[in-house]
Amino acid sequence: MAIRKHRKQNSFESVKNASFLLPSFTGFLVLSIIPIVLTFIISFTSWSGLQKLEILSKVFWQENFIGFENYKEILTSGELIRVLKNTAYFVVLYIPLMLTGSLLIATLLNKPYKGAKVFSILYYIPVLTSWIAGALIWKWVLSPEYGAINNLLALIGIEGPGWLQDSKWAMPGIVLASVWKDVGFYGLILLGGLKGINTMYYEAAKIDGASKVKAFFKITLPLLTPYIFFVLIISMINAFQIFPQVMIMTTDAGPNGATQVFVERIYKYGFRYYEMGYATALSWVLFMIIFIFTSIQQKVEKRWVHYEQ
Amino acid sequence: MKKVIISVLVMLLLMSMVFAGCTKNDEPSGPVTIKFMTFSANPESGISLDELKTVFEEQNPGIKVEIETLGYNDYFVSLQTKFLGDDAPDCFETNFENFVAYADQGLLANLEDSISASDVDLSILNQETVKAFNLDDTQYGLPYSFSNVILIYNKELFDQANIDYPTSDWTWADVDEAGAVIRALGEDIYGYLQPIQFYEFFKAVAQNGGSILNEDKSAFVVNSKENVETLEHMLSRINETNIMPTEAQLGGMGEWDMFLSGRLGMLINGVWAFPTFTEQAEFEWDIAVEPGNTQKATHFFANGLAVYAESEKQDAAFKWITFLSSSEEMANFRLENSWELSPSLYDDVLDKYTKVTPPENKVAVFESLDYLITTPAIVEFSMTADIIGQQLSAAVSGDKTAQEALDDAQAELESKISLD
Repeated sequence: MAIRKHRKQNSFESVKNASFLLPSFTGFLVLSIIPIVLTFIISFTSWSGLQKLEILSKVFWQENFIGFENYKEILTSGELIRVLKNTAYFVVLYIPLMLTGSLLIATLLNKPYKGAKVFSILYYIPVLTSWIAGALIWKWVLSPEYGAINNLLALIGIEGPGWLQDSKWAMPGIVLASVWKDVGFYGLILLGGLKGINTMYYEAAKIDGASKVKAFFKITLPLLTPYIFFVLIISMINAFQIFPQVMIMTTDAGPNGATQVFVERIYKYGFRYYEMGYATALSWVLFMIIFIFTSIQQKVEKRWVHYEQ
Repeated sequence: MKKVIISVLVMLLLMSMVFAGCTKNDEPSGPVTIKFMTFSANPESGISLDELKTVFEEQNPGIKVEIETLGYNDYFVSLQTKFLGDDAPDCFETNFENFVAYADQGLLANLEDSISASDVDLSILNQETVKAFNLDDTQYGLPYSFSNVILIYNKELFDQANIDYPTSDWTWADVDEAGAVIRALGEDIYGYLQPIQFYEFFKAVAQNGGSILNEDKSAFVVNSKENVETLEHMLSRINETNIMPTEAQLGGMGEWDMFLSGRLGMLINGVWAFPTFTEQAEFEWDIAVEPGNTQKATHFFANGLAVYAESEKQDAAFKWITFLSSSEEMANFRLENSWELSPSLYDDVLDKYTKVTPPENKVAVFESLDYLITTPAIVEFSMTADIIGQQLSAAVSGDKTAQEALDDAQAELESKISLD
């Protein structure tokens, strides 16, 4: 009897728990799971995104089902290569710059000096700024004739490039703006990591006569690797999904499509060209690419990430 | 136990709140209420249709109009979700590009029967604007407004350079000649500005006897000899004669700002610039019909009005859009608010319009209509414009020659878009 009562209590307990989860789960189901499943289904159709999505009607499938046609077109058209190249260009420039910048900020802010708090707020302001405002400011900063950067370069005798108007320099321009926007956020994560490192390691190193530089490379960096790993994964995923800065800074994907990237293409196909089937297939291709890269990162994680015992 | 019941009840309450927004309100009984969606009249433009709505409702006691206004940038995505969410308005405003896509997808009501059954006189409308919303000999929309593109010039710079003002007979050669004289007035003074983008290119090729599509509109001919010549000519104004500023010389400055700064002789732009130029220009300016080369060609941006194919109130919706399109009240309203032009050509309204100066030569706005060409009515219009626009920017930035850029545009269009 006692056991039965206990069981009964247990199941009540789980119903209760489940009921508390339900609101957020409903949101997750409606806003994430269902759309994910739907985009997968839609990616096998030529649905325009304008007519009603009658996924249960036979007529819809007769008119719209095209099998793997969208994927075939994505893989065979030159567009994928172009978009991948542009995105890779962004990733290759952005990740090292962002990481070095964040590390620098974290190290600077970790020192106990007056005004460190003020600086940490200053570095975080771009993170809180909306991309619309940020991108518009950067458009001015990068203006070839009147912009701050080219004027600074001119002071040291360098003639600055055409930035957003130049197909070779448009992406580096976007990278600069993105690094400016993101270093505060990632710097804060790394700062958390730095604060977590036990000072006794540094004391021991000092006694052993290790220099500051040596201590940084032998103690700080290895113990920071779990944080760097997290920053790398998150920033890589975000980098593949760059969108607002591209849309605002280079309205029509830049000169010669230099800043044409995945999400920009997905948006244009879905909401401008009315080829929603193609857009959804493109978003699945993007998902697969991010999935592959993240898996690789997790595979090689063991080789360089050290967890403090 | 009590706690469980309470928590479940709270949950249900929360969920009912979440889904409350999804239920549809019942239609009120009494007069027919139609929903209308628009982007051009909005608080930012300082124009509200409420006044006209009252006039219309007085004239048509059985109809009530509910107007929903959205900014242009959000408008088409919103409309798209409304189509999908079974919440589409009975009638709405659309630009030309989306009009073709909507009609192709069967979202627009065929207006032929309504037009022949109605007693409204559509002959008052400029027929070119009516034609713009006719596909395969079927009228799917009515023109709402149009804005055409003309040549705007700074009279003072022409005086300084001691040359004659542009006239309707001007050709490219005249522009180049005058542009060079004005360019010589100063280091940072430029003769001419015509942005090299899709709409300008598409019109300029027509001025040179070229076209984007072949005659029976079955194939792209973007890299034809006339078209390459046109682009080369446009580029030479930047790179050779430099009567037109390079991107770097513009330095992110907008075309209007450039003109208003008094450093630009001639600008190809639209009638929508008039209110701002009238208010802000500190010099005298006027307009002329845009110069052509082998022939004249001008372009306008037209917005239209359409009725949703699945609306149950199509008759009432048609009455409202006819009112917006062709009534004299609307034409006057547009004039009084110095809004985009009305497609209906009432003599007295036109007369009043031409009398509002500057520009002195306002008749050029209407003269331009004689040389009107419309953008190709292809379903993938937006993609076509983007592909060509991108190659044009490659040519402007010097990454490609005119020939290479247009060859690449042609190849990409052929691989992406089938025209049958």
